[in-house]
Amino acid sequence: MKRLYFLTVLPFIGMLGFLPLVNRVEPFVLSMPFVMFWIVLWTVLTSIILAVMYKLDPRNKEDEEQ
Amino acid sequence: MNSALIIILGFLLLAVFLGIRSTKGKQMDLEQWTVGGRGFSAIFVFLLMAGEIYTTFSFLGGSGWAYGKGAPALYVLMYICLSYVVSYWLLPVIWRYAKEHKLVSQSDFFVKKYNSPYLGVLVALVGVIGMIPVIVVQLKGLGIIVSQASYGAISMETAVWIGAISLTVYVMLSGVHGSAWTALIKDIVMVVVICFLGIYLPLHYFGGFQPMFEAIHTANPDFLRFPDEGNSVTWVISTVLLLVLGFYMWPQVFSSTYTAKNARVFRKNAIISPLYTLMLLFVFLVGTAAILTVPGLEGEDVDLALIRISMETFDPWVIGIIGGAGLLTALVPGSLLIMSTATLLAKNIYHVFAPQSSEQTIGKLARLLVPVVSLVAVLFTLHGGATLSNIILMGYSLMTQLAPSLFFSLWKGNFVNKYGAGAGILAGLAAVAYITITKTTLVDLFPFLPAAWNDVNTGIIALVVNVVVMIVVSLVTKSKNR
Repeated sequence: MKRLYFLTVLPFIGMLGFLPLVNRVEPFVLSMPFVMFWIVLWTVLTSIILAVMYKLDPRNKEDEEQ
Repeated sequence: MNSALIIILGFLLLAVFLGIRSTKGKQMDLEQWTVGGRGFSAIFVFLLMAGEIYTTFSFLGGSGWAYGKGAPALYVLMYICLSYVVSYWLLPVIWRYAKEHKLVSQSDFFVKKYNSPYLGVLVALVGVIGMIPVIVVQLKGLGIIVSQASYGAISMETAVWIGAISLTVYVMLSGVHGSAWTALIKDIVMVVVICFLGIYLPLHYFGGFQPMFEAIHTANPDFLRFPDEGNSVTWVISTVLLLVLGFYMWPQVFSSTYTAKNARVFRKNAIISPLYTLMLLFVFLVGTAAILTVPGLEGEDVDLALIRISMETFDPWVIGIIGGAGLLTALVPGSLLIMSTATLLAKNIYHVFAPQSSEQTIGKLARLLVPVVSLVAVLFTLHGGATLSNIILMGYSLMTQLAPSLFFSLWKGNFVNKYGAGAGILAGLAAVAYITITKTTLVDLFPFLPAAWNDVNTGIIALVVNVVVMIVVSLVTKSKNR
């Protein structure tokens, strides 16, 4: 479960924690201003992190809920 | 009547048809009407929740902020995405408890957890007060879409009335089954329309995404990043955290978790949902494209950015499809909001004061309250003036006040009692009202803080007041109870 808790805070740190450092327009990445790219990147990473959590979470393997 | 209006009307009829059809063969008691008999699969729960979260606000308000404020509009994408991380843990717990105790509304949850119908009344009232502004947003959105798409033939006021009447009829006939089916059509149409506009407009007017951003960057070098003051980095971090806390406090979102058939549904949906928020990116692209193409919209009018640039670019029939998509994005959340409001008023307020009334009476009353709720929302719509984004932020600061007592109630060692929960919520609401009226900032209260703290969302202050009062009152009243 510890790993799951760590994964839970990761998107918050990535998306919000680094914001003061990445708040800039240039360089443009994938045609987007840098700060926009950073947020999009972390949105995608959040999905991936949640997928990893789902795989690691023993509760999803049991058939406890119906 | 132009072709745009005919197409929009077609969408409306389709929605009503689906709504009526979906109820066939189902006995519509309160549990069927509001939580669909708790039998929805992952895909339906996903659609229903997406239906509630992506409203006309995301359509018009999101592009409006991108147009008027630039980068700060990204806060919408950020808080929705991070809320799904919370949902992974929160929703299965709420769902299981609700199923065990056969709950149908959010207020029921507080009633059971804190064993106090009167706390339920308070929570229901907060819910109603918080939801009315969001219904207003949907009606305002409907009004904007229909009146603009009529090229001036229908006034904003008439359009709001038409919207409210269709919404009322729709809710009374169909309930949550209808909303789930319409949500399916809504999401398909909305995604197609938004992606199309978000890709086509920048290419058409600027020859690409980067040239568009560069043109805006040249015109205003600070527009595409968070500014140093106002909607700054401090503002966005505090606002996003606050909104994430409040995200699942909305009664209509809370009670749609009840529709799921098992708890894994939520964990599964949490994986794909963040990717779905990327759709908002296209909304921002539309708003950004409008900055240099249809300049001069100010104040409330920034919400017109999407529809104005579309009218500038396309034939009326395309406006009809865009308008139809917009109509559905107002209809689905609007119907769920009105349904939740009516259920709360009937079941968690009226029933507490008239305990002898039967289930059937409550069910009937809930439906009869639908037109009343719509009427109140229409009156607010026609007499208020604020951008969609600001109305939503206001509603959020009210709803977030439910978060502390809810989260504490999920904790096994919870020491907060009904007095603490009630006092905390009331103190939080009072703080929100005081801060809103006096426009207090954090630095006004604590002058020794650096100026950057000025932009901290003041909802945090109200939340701290709430938590402190909740804990103190719980501890003080503890000895008396035992």
